[in-house]
Amino acid sequence: MNTRNLISITDLSKSEILDLITTAQEFERNPNQRLLEGKVVASLFFEPSTRTRLSFETAVNRLGGRVIGFSDASTSSQSKGESLKDTIMMVSNYADLIVMRHPLMGAARYASEISKVPIINAGDGANQHPTQTMLDLYPIQQTQGRLDNLTITMVGDLKYGRTVHSLLEAMHHFKPRFNFVACDVLQMPEQYKQFCREQCIPYTETADFSADIINQSDIIYMTRVQRERFSDLMEYERVKNLYTLTASMLKDGKPTMRVLHPLPRVTEIAQDVDDTPWAYYFEQARNGLYARQAIICRALGIPVK
Amino acid sequence: MKKKELAVAALKNGIVIDHIPCASLFKVVDLLGLEHLDKSVTIGFNLDSERLGKKGIIKIADVELPKEVLNRIAVIAPRAVINIISDYEVVDKHEVTLPDELHDIVRCNNPKCISNNEPMSTRFHVVHRDPLVLRCHYCERKVDHNEITLK
Repeated sequence: MNTRNLISITDLSKSEILDLITTAQEFERNPNQRLLEGKVVASLFFEPSTRTRLSFETAVNRLGGRVIGFSDASTSSQSKGESLKDTIMMVSNYADLIVMRHPLMGAARYASEISKVPIINAGDGANQHPTQTMLDLYPIQQTQGRLDNLTITMVGDLKYGRTVHSLLEAMHHFKPRFNFVACDVLQMPEQYKQFCREQCIPYTETADFSADIINQSDIIYMTRVQRERFSDLMEYERVKNLYTLTASMLKDGKPTMRVLHPLPRVTEIAQDVDDTPWAYYFEQARNGLYARQAIICRALGIPVK
Repeated sequence: MKKKELAVAALKNGIVIDHIPCASLFKVVDLLGLEHLDKSVTIGFNLDSERLGKKGIIKIADVELPKEVLNRIAVIAPRAVINIISDYEVVDKHEVTLPDELHDIVRCNNPKCISNNEPMSTRFHVVHRDPLVLRCHYCERKVDHNEITLK
């Protein structure tokens, strides 16, 4: 298997995560570097995801590479019944790197076993989205100056939220403390709490998004309660606005504390938070570009000075 | 004289798989593909057993099966015992051992897993042995011992 693939955040060691962050910092200082001159990157989006696709394609363009691909499976041969294997075999003849998003879980891992060129997973169903996790780690480093010994409060949908699970797994290298704030039906799954216990990571679990929790946090990671996760829409209506963060709740927060959100947000962060010094979610999205530039260069084995 | 008992001939050469839980017996038959074999196979079901209460047993004449194939049984019958018979003597006797990785033995229970949607082999990692817990190499979902379905 090609060791430069990025399929799951757990494929990365602590030093590899730190190296990627250092490289991303370099791209933040100087985003336009023609490091991909003559390279072709395939962007295969078997399901639409405008935000992720544009971020990747911008990253390739700013590095001077070229992009081929499709943004929707209906415009690919998959709509004619072609297997994923055949699509990957064909594209890996053309491109130097494949960035792929697929609705089925494990699709990227399977593709990496077939492909002659490295694969970057841009999301495989409800499974993994490692570049999103790098995009969450990077602003933590940038705003706190470190990843070690931080108190991270995760709020909202901790049950289905893929991003919180991956962030939790990635942070285990850095001695974190977690607060899990969610209503009964959206609590952190046992599997991840067990992981924390095995790794000796302290955590608290509460349904009460209290001032006390907010004031001890270094990072508040907000997530959206997704309507499509609920079979009972009454239940959704009941819980969707339970955890809305407003500017007044933050007034006694640490000055260095920052609020992150994978976006898109709906009602879980009130608009009045946007203008406070604690809001960092829009910068977080911009930083995603640098993180993805770093990941692309790692995948292609291109050194960044 | 009328025979009172059914005589099962002692095996001259072959394999006896003993201590199979009754619930797993026919799954073991499936797993080893015994129905496609042209050798004589004796299957015992609901036999009295001190260890299991009731057990299943399979005798296969005149075959040699590689260890990797026999160890697949451990997925559904972790305590099964393999006896290798040569010229009426037991020349080797051992419990099956579960490999660290299972190739194309177990089906993933997740309908959204790529392995259920492409013509491909499945692959599982053993994350816990007793009770058995597997993790799909592709979708990363865990499968508990009571949820395991064979391919």
